[in-house]
Amino acid sequence: MSADRKRSVRGIALGGTDRRLRVVAVAAAAAGLFAVAACAPGTGATGTKRAAPSGPVSTDPAKAGKVTLTEWDQNTSDSGMNDATEALNKAFEKKYPNVTIKRVSRSFQDLKTTLKLALSSNDPPDVVQANQGYPDMGAFVKAGLLTPVNRYSDVYGWGKAYPAELLNLNRFSADGKTWRTGDLYGISQTGEIVGVYYNKAVLKKLGVAPPVTYADFAAALPKVKAKGTLPVAFGNSDKSPAIQLFGVTNANTAGKQTVRDLVFDEHGKSWTNAGSEKAATTIQSWAKKGYLSPGFNGMTMDSAQTQFTGGKTAFMLNGTWAQADVQQKLGAGNVGFVALAPSAGATPVTQGGEGLAWSITSKSKHPDVAAAYLNFITNPAAMTEIARTGALPALPPASYQPPKGTVAADILAYWRKVSTGDGLVPYLDYTTPTFYDTLTTGLQELLAGHLTPAAFGKQLQTDYDTFRKNR
Amino acid sequence: MAVDARTATRRDTAQAGAPRRRRRIQWVGYLYILPALAVLTVFLLVPLGQCVQISLYHWDGLSPATWAGVANYVDLARDPVLRSGFGHTLVLVVGFAVLPILFALTLVAVMGRAVKLRGLSVYRVVLFLPQVIASVVVATSWVAIYAPDGVLNGFLALIGLKMVTRPWLGDFGTALPAVGLIGTWVEIGLCLVLFLAGVAQIPRELYEAARLDGAGIVREFFAVTLPGLRGQIAVALTLTVIAAFKTFDLVYVTTHGGPGTSTVVPAYLIYDRAFNLSQVGSACAVGVVLTAVILVITLVINRVSGGGE
Repeated sequence: MSADRKRSVRGIALGGTDRRLRVVAVAAAAAGLFAVAACAPGTGATGTKRAAPSGPVSTDPAKAGKVTLTEWDQNTSDSGMNDATEALNKAFEKKYPNVTIKRVSRSFQDLKTTLKLALSSNDPPDVVQANQGYPDMGAFVKAGLLTPVNRYSDVYGWGKAYPAELLNLNRFSADGKTWRTGDLYGISQTGEIVGVYYNKAVLKKLGVAPPVTYADFAAALPKVKAKGTLPVAFGNSDKSPAIQLFGVTNANTAGKQTVRDLVFDEHGKSWTNAGSEKAATTIQSWAKKGYLSPGFNGMTMDSAQTQFTGGKTAFMLNGTWAQADVQQKLGAGNVGFVALAPSAGATPVTQGGEGLAWSITSKSKHPDVAAAYLNFITNPAAMTEIARTGALPALPPASYQPPKGTVAADILAYWRKVSTGDGLVPYLDYTTPTFYDTLTTGLQELLAGHLTPAAFGKQLQTDYDTFRKNR
Repeated sequence: MAVDARTATRRDTAQAGAPRRRRRIQWVGYLYILPALAVLTVFLLVPLGQCVQISLYHWDGLSPATWAGVANYVDLARDPVLRSGFGHTLVLVVGFAVLPILFALTLVAVMGRAVKLRGLSVYRVVLFLPQVIASVVVATSWVAIYAPDGVLNGFLALIGLKMVTRPWLGDFGTALPAVGLIGTWVEIGLCLVLFLAGVAQIPRELYEAARLDGAGIVREFFAVTLPGLRGQIAVALTLTVIAAFKTFDLVYVTTHGGPGTSTVVPAYLIYDRAFNLSQVGSACAVGVVLTAVILVITLVINRVSGGGE
């Protein structure tokens, strides 16, 4: 019995009699594998760039013969966009019976992690949703995996339909190193801005007027708190919500030009500027004074949103993507939305942008059909369909107007104001490929009082400098 | 006395086995392991080789890579976040390995006194359950327990300890131990099942002899149970320490490495660098270092426990 036990112990041990032999064998095997795979990663099929297609664009998919178009999107988490995508795909197939659309839909995070592998395969999807910024779209462009859509933009008039600010977010230089200039690599269906949701009933009960400017909002917080109500629902355990809190504040304290210069690396601005430090100081004091949900660093944004929709807080800072959930739980007429203005009468300034870009892969066999599809899902009819399902279309048709007094009407009005009135500032995590980590980590430390606003600014600037040096 | 008996057996076996070592290698034996080796090569050795290779390049995962030599490794040596990550792992080892083994041993000592435990298999199943449940489910449940308005704080407030309530996973001081305790909960069943099986293999006569000699529960545990479980403890230690070093899912779901970087562990850095930061070379370098560290620790555990003699 004892020997049995001993053997079972030996079983897990590496070892005994012929350990040396085994080490030699493993080393030999590893050496052999090296010999087999001795070319640099990333060369091979993906390394060779294809010449961009040229020549006249065929705008009629009906003439393309039998085509299967594979598209990868991330419109699953937003139920409105999911319905809209299904409906638009069906409509496209109905209009062009020779085209079959194969939809592959994944959550944002799953798409992000699998898209790289799919794109570098020999048989990638034809159309994909690429996330703007250096880590995703920039890397795809650099590797030659996306095809520029300039000529389609000319034919279909996307350049005229979209505000330059939105279109530029989908541009990259051909080497993938400079963002917002160069070729166009896709177009977006939806718009998004971050703002303040407020519970009308709670504010009314407390006798606090809904804020319009940033100063109104800052002044409302102590008033709400003094009456024994939690001012802002905020949960930051998944780290990203603090970007919205800091971003919205920073847009107002540092000003839109500074924010744009910082994120897009223009005019030599520094993250240690006075406006950004003021934003950091402000949100740190909000945390200290108990204006944010207690224990926010250990609470998910979902739970915080439940606090807000449960009527436990007066405000919630979130993006337009929260609209569907909020209006469903609180009732469309009981919630308001505001993008804060730096001063009374000024255009509201807030961070936001557009949904992921719909792009065409460079290995697609039917780029013209893919482009026609892109146009189909972003034309005015499509935008109406998107609005109808409760999402925010990038280009809301002039005729579309949700019922007055609903949160949808507020959101649409502010989107129109901000996107056409030059009030849009970029998300701060666009700054460098590592900025999301640096920013979110720093913000958790700042809000917990572990980092001074000045030290926080220095951390951001260090990340920025490292990126510039290595670029 | 029990110890003596075991040592004697051990020595006998060792001597009996000695001449065999000098025998010629039986090549036909390798034919039998060929299928296993083939599977191992395709699914383990080739990816491992690729990982080592990629770790020597700067690579964003898409564009052609550029040769980096040992630059990625040099960066790692200078990286304070990675260093703190390995430090955090040591804290997790306490939660994943030390505590469950101590708990399980205590439980075994107590259960050993029960002459015949009714429904032992039911206990085993219940205690083993955390091992079977998908780790994401485990992590999500614990997020709810640790939440600011969660079960734990609710319970503490109920018994008049409102002042110690806190966002356990969001507090810089408690987040890491909180993750470690989830590991304790998960691993305790594994240890207990291993030890119960081990105790069943200890000859009853040893216990009877110990009792005849007047040994109490403590003496009996240290003289009979503990030496008898040496092998199982080594196995449990190996498995749980590896689990602690490999932890990714619990951290990913509960804290994303936060607050700040207070729960960042090497496996999380691998994911973050490969998929979020497009630093695939650096990610692979972390992977290689982590693999090497785990290998060394496993060897040390086996050496110390006498398994590799």
